[in-house]
Amino acid sequence: MTDFDAIIIGAGHNGLVCASYLAKAGKKVLVLESRAVPGGCAATHEFAPGFQVSSCAQWLYQLSPKVVSDLKLPQHGLAYAAEGLATIALDETGDHLRLQGDSASGGGISSEDQKAYAVFRKKMRKYAKLMKTAYDTRPPKLVEHDFRDKMTFAKLGLGMKLLGKDDMSDLMRLILINIFDVMKETFGSSKLQAAIALDAVIGTPMGPRSPNTVFTYLHRFLGEVLGFEGATQVKGGMGTLGAALSNAATDLGAVVRCNTTVASIDKTHDRVTGVTLSSGECITAKLVVSSADPKTTFKSLLGYHHMEAGLVRRIEQIRFKSGTVKVHLALSGLPTFTGLDQSDLGQRLVIAPSLNALESAFNPLKYDESSERPVMDISMPTIHDPSLAPNGQHVLSAIVQYAPLNPKGGWEALRAPFMTAVIAELARYAPDIASLITAEELLTPADLAATFGMTGGNWHHGELTMDQVLMTRPATGISQYQTGIAGLYLCGAGSHPGGGLMGLAGRNSAQEIIRQGELA
Amino acid sequence: MNSPTRATMLLETPFHSRVADRCKINDWGNWMGYTTPNAYFDVELEYFSIRSTTGVFDLSPMNKYRIQGPDAEAYLNRMATRNISKIGINRVGYTVWCNDAGMVMDDGTIFRLGESDYRLCSYQRAIDWLLWCALGFDVTITDETEDLAALAVQGPTSCTSLTEMGLTDLNTLKPFGMRTYDFEGEKLMVSRTGFTGDLGYEVWVSPEKAETLWDQLFDAGKEYLIKPFGSYALDIARIETGFIQAGVDFVPAEEMVRPGRARSPFELGLSWLVDLEKPLFNGRTALLKEKAKGSRYRFAILNVDGNKPADHSFILKGDRQIGTVTSAAWCPTAKSNIAFAQLEMPEGSIGEEYVAEIYYQRELHWTRLLAPCKVIDGPIFNPKRRRQTPAIPH
Repeated sequence: MTDFDAIIIGAGHNGLVCASYLAKAGKKVLVLESRAVPGGCAATHEFAPGFQVSSCAQWLYQLSPKVVSDLKLPQHGLAYAAEGLATIALDETGDHLRLQGDSASGGGISSEDQKAYAVFRKKMRKYAKLMKTAYDTRPPKLVEHDFRDKMTFAKLGLGMKLLGKDDMSDLMRLILINIFDVMKETFGSSKLQAAIALDAVIGTPMGPRSPNTVFTYLHRFLGEVLGFEGATQVKGGMGTLGAALSNAATDLGAVVRCNTTVASIDKTHDRVTGVTLSSGECITAKLVVSSADPKTTFKSLLGYHHMEAGLVRRIEQIRFKSGTVKVHLALSGLPTFTGLDQSDLGQRLVIAPSLNALESAFNPLKYDESSERPVMDISMPTIHDPSLAPNGQHVLSAIVQYAPLNPKGGWEALRAPFMTAVIAELARYAPDIASLITAEELLTPADLAATFGMTGGNWHHGELTMDQVLMTRPATGISQYQTGIAGLYLCGAGSHPGGGLMGLAGRNSAQEIIRQGELA
Repeated sequence: MNSPTRATMLLETPFHSRVADRCKINDWGNWMGYTTPNAYFDVELEYFSIRSTTGVFDLSPMNKYRIQGPDAEAYLNRMATRNISKIGINRVGYTVWCNDAGMVMDDGTIFRLGESDYRLCSYQRAIDWLLWCALGFDVTITDETEDLAALAVQGPTSCTSLTEMGLTDLNTLKPFGMRTYDFEGEKLMVSRTGFTGDLGYEVWVSPEKAETLWDQLFDAGKEYLIKPFGSYALDIARIETGFIQAGVDFVPAEEMVRPGRARSPFELGLSWLVDLEKPLFNGRTALLKEKAKGSRYRFAILNVDGNKPADHSFILKGDRQIGTVTSAAWCPTAKSNIAFAQLEMPEGSIGEEYVAEIYYQRELHWTRLLAPCKVIDGPIFNPKRRRQTPAIPH
């Protein structure tokens, strides 16, 4: 007899979603989390006395509505402070570009670009819908001729056909090229080009000219077919989502243990049998399901010496680079962005002046250096949710690119100058910002890696590139959540369909575990 | 690809000056990037030196890798299919290694030089795979291919020739044993191993001492009719004694391009090398599955009627093609026409009779020969002297 049917390593959103579905199916589930709070990247923390901020992810834009309703997340506390936010691409002179749904306005945008923007989004929606077909289930394998996989291929094939001849061939052309070229051929406004391209490169170690950036754009755009029109802000910060997921799992009968670090995954000759905690405690289960990234799972927890070498090689070859940093500022009052109405401060603000500015910001990352003029995605959560800061004061949270995991000279040397560069960049748009800052926090890729256990600081648990998606995610042979090692499954963002607060990896994994009858 | 292209200049082995001097017919081949004789003077006479007196083969191009460190034994147990822990110090073990799919990448010998000190000799280049396998293990892997020259000294008078050269009491060395001797101020290692199925040894020295070794050995062996032999003669000897060769009798698994063309150890008749009791080794999961499900092919040694080698023949059962030949030779000592075949399961049981479809050409005229053949139980040539200790003097 084992202690549990399944042990889930990590109470990140995918771990909790997987646990919930398994518990819902009547399984005895234990979730182990090394941090003090559940949620993983869906977390809120106090970065200065009285100032709360979403620690990692700041916007919700692609959480699966199926997961939300299946797990009754609103009943468990998930509430939104704001929905359907516009994206405002900031302009130094105050001529900002506003993107809301299919409409683009301001920023000197031409009527041709306005029309083109609506057409572009319509086409992207068609492609994202097709992508959803693949995202909603386990990725099909090419060689095994499994019936279920054949059905997925058939659905994808049919979906391609239904795109029509022109859109289908255009998808084939676009999917492997880069967002830079697509923007250049689609729009005239450099502000519009860059605002869209930023979405393609955010959370990736890529620039707009890098191949794969059309795919990453579509990955992000998926939210649009899941029912998100623009960014959503979670009430109380992203930790509310983490707490709701944890409550849902607990309500369904799963046990969630925080402050509990898994030291190793235990294995006999033929199968994984449970885990050993850092305290020395051993817990047994029929299955161990890891939501940690593949490298952490296999290298640190299972140990390469417990695996066959081919799998070790494939894990070792996964790329985990990141160039993403999180910046949190405590502000004594509202900043003034040139030409921006105060009522718009709660929208999603982006700083990405042009495609070339984006590419120039990216260039140093290739050499483990940081951008002189970083680009960023800004949230001022206190506009819609004043509870996050002391009365009258505010929080500015920004996802900033690009800075490396291991800069030359180390983060000790880079931390202050990079923060200065970020504030200088902000000051070009909000000249009074520096005078309002009362506290600041910079989470480097190294910090994010250490805090959230993400190898390389990559929030997708492995870069989203064409060679690392679908049947090769996280690696060939282990793409269907099984690892080839009996008793060990994966359910994290490192598995199909990848990262972002989506929850599909966790859900697909649970469904696959149930389908395989492992716990029957 | 392991073989260099034709445009690459071939390397010379440390014995080259001596080998070239004796390679009277100047017939050279490319062995893993080194120029080595296909034949020295006459393939048949070279072959008979192996079976009747002493034959010497330059095996310096063999890939040699040193594996050292606290995890060396665990490392090799994870890499190879057999139980390495059973190889004692100063002993040698033959093994194969597989990829995760349980398909054979190569075969070779593991020399245990010390408690946590091994040398792996492989036919294929293996450093890339060995380094991948090292992740998670406290070992150091060193490519010693160019640091060690080696001669295979094989045949009934080989022990006597080497003893005459100064390797005293060599006759007490057991098969798969090894020993070191002082040689010209350095160490010479000798192992009772080989690829001919006869009494024989392999002698390992530094490249600097290679020519001296050759000269002393040929001086000492003169009375015992010592002769060098090339790869053609070796090929006959290894087929006669049932040894398969990578790249000939199987496609090294990680070089395979077409799915399904690689072979598992079970399919190559090497199940005796697979220890499924070991907790972990590369290919174990797949091999357990294969064992439960059954293999696709069976390795068979065929005794073919007539004297035409069944090279590249189809094997027929009635009208149906059930397999193909990978190696074939007329074997002079056994006076048998031997072929190695890959037969589709469940064919290939001992004693089964088939037909080999042999094509041969005489003056541009192709002839098709349907030669009856029979699956035999083990190699046709397996003399007592190969195993006897002390080795019988001649």
